[in-house]
Amino acid sequence: MKIQKILNILTLLTGAIAVTVTSLWIGQQAYSWLPPQAAAESLLIDDLISFLVTLGSFIFLGVTSTLMYSVIFHRAIKDDFTDGPPIEGNITLEVVWTAIPILLVLWIAGYSYQVYEQMGIQGPSEIVHLHNPLGMESAYAEPKDSPANALAEPVEKIDVLAKQWAWVFHYPERDITSTELHLPSDRRIRLALKSQDVLHGFYIPAFRLKQDIIPNHAIDFEFTPIRPGKYRLTDSQYSGTYFATMQANVVVESPEDYQQWLAQAATQKPSIAKNQAASEYAQTSNQSVQTGWVTVPPAAPPLVNSPG
Amino acid sequence: MTNVPIEGILLPNEKHNHESPTSWKEYFSFSTDHKVIGIQYLVTSFFFFLIGGIFAMVMRGELMTPESDLVDRTVYNGMFTMHGTVMLFLWTFPSLVGFANYLVPLMIGARDMAFPRLNAVAFWMVPVVGIIMMGSFFVPGGPAQAGWWSYPPVSLQNPTGNLINGQVLWLLAVAISGVSSIMGAVNFVTTIVKMRAPGMGFFKMPLFVWAVFSAQIIQLFGLPALTAGAVMLLLDLTAGTAFFDPAKGGNPVMFEHYFWFYSHPAVYVIILPIFGIFSEIFPVYSRKPLFGYKVVAVSSILIAVVSGIVWVHHMYVSGTPSWMRLIFMLTTMFVSVPTGIKVFAWVATIWGGKLRLNTPMLFALGGLIMFVFAGITGIMLSSVPVDVHVNNTYFVVGHFHYVLYGTVTMGLYAAIYHWFPKMTGRMYSESWGKIHFWLAFIGTNLNFLPMHPLGLQGMLRRVASYAPEYQFWNIIASLGGFLLGMSTLPFIFNMVISWMQGEKAPANPWRAIGLEWMVSSPPPVENFEETPIIISEPYGYGKSEPLTANLSE
Ligand code: HEM
Ligand SMILES: [Cu+2]
Ligand SMILES: [Cu+2]
Repeated sequence: MKIQKILNILTLLTGAIAVTVTSLWIGQQAYSWLPPQAAAESLLIDDLISFLVTLGSFIFLGVTSTLMYSVIFHRAIKDDFTDGPPIEGNITLEVVWTAIPILLVLWIAGYSYQVYEQMGIQGPSEIVHLHNPLGMESAYAEPKDSPANALAEPVEKIDVLAKQWAWVFHYPERDITSTELHLPSDRRIRLALKSQDVLHGFYIPAFRLKQDIIPNHAIDFEFTPIRPGKYRLTDSQYSGTYFATMQANVVVESPEDYQQWLAQAATQKPSIAKNQAASEYAQTSNQSVQTGWVTVPPAAPPLVNSPG
Repeated sequence: MTNVPIEGILLPNEKHNHESPTSWKEYFSFSTDHKVIGIQYLVTSFFFFLIGGIFAMVMRGELMTPESDLVDRTVYNGMFTMHGTVMLFLWTFPSLVGFANYLVPLMIGARDMAFPRLNAVAFWMVPVVGIIMMGSFFVPGGPAQAGWWSYPPVSLQNPTGNLINGQVLWLLAVAISGVSSIMGAVNFVTTIVKMRAPGMGFFKMPLFVWAVFSAQIIQLFGLPALTAGAVMLLLDLTAGTAFFDPAKGGNPVMFEHYFWFYSHPAVYVIILPIFGIFSEIFPVYSRKPLFGYKVVAVSSILIAVVSGIVWVHHMYVSGTPSWMRLIFMLTTMFVSVPTGIKVFAWVATIWGGKLRLNTPMLFALGGLIMFVFAGITGIMLSSVPVDVHVNNTYFVVGHFHYVLYGTVTMGLYAAIYHWFPKMTGRMYSESWGKIHFWLAFIGTNLNFLPMHPLGLQGMLRRVASYAPEYQFWNIIASLGGFLLGMSTLPFIFNMVISWMQGEKAPANPWRAIGLEWMVSSPPPVENFEETPIIISEPYGYGKSEPLTANLSE
């Protein structure tokens, strides 16, 4: 009798340890499922994702292994048609498993809140006066772990214009337009997001950042790139027929290279940018047999100093 | 110990005088019998499930390669819009209403629904919705292409210039389906409140009835918002009003609020009855009472209430101020508390039971496991910083298909197999059922698991073309999708053959406890010859108390 009890506890303990170790391992793997960490914000978000994956794996493995144990060891014997024990409930157990999710929820929410606050990514600016009853005016707050010089003066506010189906970036100080978003590394970036027609979404997976762009709404967006390289900006809010083609390059470079690019672009005459939606549209409307349905014509390809 | 009749299981009355509704014709004509209507809903919605499935196959075919090469972009956009719409409004909603129709009166000891004629009218609106939806393929410009959300201004762009276009038909169909659902909700709530057999207090109701009750209450408070939003959008589209059109000073974000105020709770209208089905099935095949019956019952109501204050989690990155993002993060996460209670209760019900892995039990177990997975990714999505990254990516598509296929559709299959003998008076083939389960379970995971890494890497939803680095997981997902498509074949085969020539089913083939199992299979027209008097709680497995005072011997 006693031995049986000890054996049970040992089984439970081994199971719990196995589940814990496995979840910790899966949680570490989570980093490898994500794109490169190219913005200070991505460091924070990835830690949060890894934490949630660890916790989630623990719960998932815990529940499924309990179920699988039952499925394997608690099967009815072939001709045994009797019932199992008529256990209807257990108050202590029920209180415990109500309390545990509540505590977990508070923990996850607290951690998420903290990360969100440190990101300070901004949002719709016309309601800035009631923006932060929770004391989150952290526009220039330094995301944890970011290089110290990120605190330096933010760069000029870059205008981002989204239209069906193209991105246009405007650097107001030198009045430069481009279809490629150039950003200095380790500087707080400030964007003013605008849409000309429908909802669009500003999304750079390598930065883990996203914000919908709404016609007639002024939306400010801030973040800090930390890793030079070339990334993709995509439209994340479905915007009609050529939605999938609405992409642009994001070039993160050293502040010196960035200045140099600005200077160089300022010398260039505006030219018509390449635009996939426009060329696909021209092609399909020339076909003699129409295979699809009519579509909204794409906006004219932008005239830019730097067509990327 | 062979074949000892179990105490507490009541042997039902095998002889019955009333005719059962078994003639084929009756299923295709106007009937006010809730059982016939239930089956009409089920068969109709399954037909649309197949249509929605064909659209899904086209999409998965397109996504086999990075380029947009199988169908035109406009066709792809029409496909995912109609797929989502059909799957939600013509498959999950009506099939669950079908089960509720069939089971609720039987389970509470009533002879029919409170308003049988209203019930029939509500059903016949479903084929009308279907015809309008499918008809939109034949208007110039094709069906709606703005996604099942139909966010303006995209949904307001009308390149054909015609007044009758896919988007208008879409809105019309959705509005009719809303009216049908409101009629159903009034009927269910009245039936459950007013028509329970003597002795059936609220805490003696089966959990499926609790679940339907909670779900239909959501319909009553939520649908008016959706309907209002849809009508305003329709006016913007046809009459030139400017509620949502930013070009004329309207605000498209308002539409998102109208839409999600209903459409988030709508997912609980779908999932609550599935929880009810799980709660009916696990005790039978584990031969144990449902663990924590009262808490599970109350948690349904709690889920319904909390679901009304979470809608903004779909709009974290829309123009939503920070304080709102954070408040809705907290309310959303709190849904996991009543949901967690249910999951633990099912696990405890199964634990230490005497399990029989018949097809319904396999589907319910598979569905439960995939639901736990969906719940975990759901918590991740509710966290604002994580959602900022994965919103509108395939991570979300993976999450909601684990809910809608992994849980809801698997739960529906479980229910179909479990109540098939009751509905048709015939047994289904267990081996075909198991083949179906394994194909569906493997297919679901192959199809939808790869969507999570895709989303984490940043692949967007609703794209007809994508960057080449995403191709590997897309191929796996497509193969899983085709497997899922195939998995319906053994199911259809099994259902058709078994219905025509399956073994005759006894009244209670699973030795289950519940009023519906005390009448013959299929049940007589008016269900009960004498109104049952309920004297104990449901799920008395292993106990020797009878369920009713009069129906037994
Ligand atoms: C063989 C099974 C299925 C496959 C292969 C499949 C595949 C897909 C794909 C590829 C999308 C497009 C995702 C996007 O571009 O955003 C999608 C969207 C969707 N699916 Fe499914 N699906 C299946 C079953 C289901 C079921 C059973 C349901 C519901 C019960 C469902 C509900 C939806 C919804 C609501 C959408 C969103 C549509 C939209 O974005 O407007 N799907 N599905
Ligand atoms: Cu766009
Ligand atoms: Cu929601």
